[in-house]
Amino acid sequence: MNMMSEAAVEKALDQKMNTVPFKMIGKDVSVYYGEKRALFDVNLNVRENTVTALIGPSGCGKSTFLRTLNRMNDTIDSCRVTGKITLDEGDIYDPSIDVVELRARVGMVFQKPNPFPKSIYENVTYGPKIHGLARTKAELDQIVESSLQKAGLWNEVKDRLHESGTGLSGGQQQRLCIARAVAVSPEVILMDEPCSALDPIATAKVEELIHELRTNYTIVIVTHSMQQAARVSQRTAMFHLGNLVEENDTDKMFTNPDDQRTQDYIMGRFG
Amino acid sequence: MSTSLILLIILIVGLAAYFAGRARAMASSKGKLSVLHSLPGYHGVYVAIWAVLPAAFVLAIWLLASPFFVENSVRSALPESVHSQGSATTELMLGQVMQVANGLKLLNTEELAAVTSGSSNLRDALAAKGVPMANAGETYMVEAAQKYNSLKDGSRWVMSAVVLIIAIAGAVFAIRGISAPFRARNRVERVMLGALLLASSIAILTTVGIVGSMLSEAIRFFQSVSPSAFFFGTVWDPRFSAAGSGGTEGQFGLLPLLAGTLYIAFVAMLFAVPVGLFAAIYMAEYARPVVRGIAKPLLEILAGIPTIVYGFFALVTVGPFLRDISAQLNGLVTGNYVNFIQAQSVLTAGLVMGIMLIPFVSSLSDDIITQVPRSLRDGSLGLGATRSETIKRVILPAALPGIVGALLLTASRAVGETMIVVLAAGVAARMQLNPFEAMTTVTVKIVNQLTGDLEFNSPQTLVAFALGITLFAITLCLNIYALYIVRKYREQYE
Repeated sequence: MNMMSEAAVEKALDQKMNTVPFKMIGKDVSVYYGEKRALFDVNLNVRENTVTALIGPSGCGKSTFLRTLNRMNDTIDSCRVTGKITLDEGDIYDPSIDVVELRARVGMVFQKPNPFPKSIYENVTYGPKIHGLARTKAELDQIVESSLQKAGLWNEVKDRLHESGTGLSGGQQQRLCIARAVAVSPEVILMDEPCSALDPIATAKVEELIHELRTNYTIVIVTHSMQQAARVSQRTAMFHLGNLVEENDTDKMFTNPDDQRTQDYIMGRFG
Repeated sequence: MSTSLILLIILIVGLAAYFAGRARAMASSKGKLSVLHSLPGYHGVYVAIWAVLPAAFVLAIWLLASPFFVENSVRSALPESVHSQGSATTELMLGQVMQVANGLKLLNTEELAAVTSGSSNLRDALAAKGVPMANAGETYMVEAAQKYNSLKDGSRWVMSAVVLIIAIAGAVFAIRGISAPFRARNRVERVMLGALLLASSIAILTTVGIVGSMLSEAIRFFQSVSPSAFFFGTVWDPRFSAAGSGGTEGQFGLLPLLAGTLYIAFVAMLFAVPVGLFAAIYMAEYARPVVRGIAKPLLEILAGIPTIVYGFFALVTVGPFLRDISAQLNGLVTGNYVNFIQAQSVLTAGLVMGIMLIPFVSSLSDDIITQVPRSLRDGSLGLGATRSETIKRVILPAALPGIVGALLLTASRAVGETMIVVLAAGVAARMQLNPFEAMTTVTVKIVNQLTGDLEFNSPQTLVAFALGITLFAITLCLNIYALYIVRKYREQYE
């Protein structure tokens, strides 16, 4: 596939954006940490096979919103979520939902690379083993290879799969974490500032990867870098002080935003 | 002047020196504190240190050295007839002279005159004051005692004067050195450093001293019993050493004791490790902050109970309970109501020691588990693992080296534990594998060999030191190895 046709495909995709169905729907989502309210009635929908970037100044609630999408906030004792979030029209906060199953469908990559202190192979097979995705060693090997290939790490580590994952460089560790998330075959991947601990070269690799993953997965990414949001995403949502300010096509957001606060933030006047 | 009075005076001088130094520093700053290199308080402390430390040092040296000199000069003043009877008699007479000297101080002038002139009996005069004497006393004793008293008093007065002069001289010297650029702060810091160094070296020297004394006694033991008979002997039968019999026919085999020690420690760990570890996992991973805030201190109260109380618990409650329940069980199965668990047994001691160890295991492991970074937990939970899967597959493997270290530390405690086994394990030194029978440990035998009226030159008592140093070596190795493991794997998360 040459560069021209790829660009053309992307353009066509972008134009059809408004017809892309919603993968996850957030309705009146509010989050409380104890007495403190961190999110105020956020209505934000995530489109299928799209990269949605969440931007905004520190403490604006974008990471909090991200973590409500796979209920990672449940691990914080004082945290309480109200409103409704659906995944393929199923309420993920419904008492009948198994949170473990939800997190298998909505994977997560964290700010700091956090490979387990195990071998690269064991890092990737961790999820598949827990969820019983492979019955034989051969199937596991297959999952490891395809996941690492999807994460663009296969060629770098194929000869040392049984060395420790913590011995890799920062960028490699983060791609290992992405491979680890991909290995569970999630439908949605959440990324919480995945490049903030990486150098520019590693960042470029991860961004390229996000671009490729989009064809198979729905991605939501929190980022502090406006350029990154512009580069990797098709939709962008701007948060400020726990409120959703604006959600729009990325092109429109960075050229002609509807809200003055978005304009100010993008121009660097606050944040 | 008494020593405590001298000390008090030195401290008062020091206090005065502190204020004088402060005032002097204030004066030399001419109202602008910022021109001083050090705050006035530091100048004060500096002067006070000069006033107190040298004086206190001289005082201590004098107090240690002067009795030696005084006794020496009195000893040489004793008549030739005493010296000719050998050094033991000389020392005895010297002791009596000192006794008399103390008694003379209680007599008033008339009685003293009567005693000196020989008109009244020395023994009766002193007995009337409550000072007993072994024999009637000789005339030279009164003379020597008076010499002793005058030397002692003289030394005391000279000492008081010297110490006071040194204190004041030190203060004056220090005050004269004070000026605005003077670096009092750095000097005070150096004295603080010295004090801290002194404190830590005392702790270390004490350890060295303990090991040294144990080692020297153990070597005396090994002069009469061969090391191979001790370390590889399988029979423990020290016999009793009757006075003068010189009977060293006992057998001092370490192995039965070591076997009992390790067996009981093993049984204790068998109880303590699972319970303590599970408690730690619950505390670290599941318990809500409120529950944790209450349960953790409660668990740690267990660690504060004196081990003799655990020993009582084993002796009065657990032992008889196990004995009775075994009798019941035996009766139900065979119809013969005979207990197969002794009241004093490996099981009783191990069980109670295990209870004692639970808080050590749980609180050490809890610290290690909570040290595992949150990001690893999040990573695992984010992949859809449950909490127990996360604990089993990520947290425990990551924390394992630390937990092993904690368990080794606990094991060394179990090996060295004394009071529980003294009361609950029994005294029978034998090698066997039945946990329902009594066995004994190294610590129990140390207690046994050292209780009662003893002479410290027979192997029967000296063996306690050999046992002690063996036990010390074992626990030391365990501790060092545990610390090594804990340290080696600590940086793993960075």
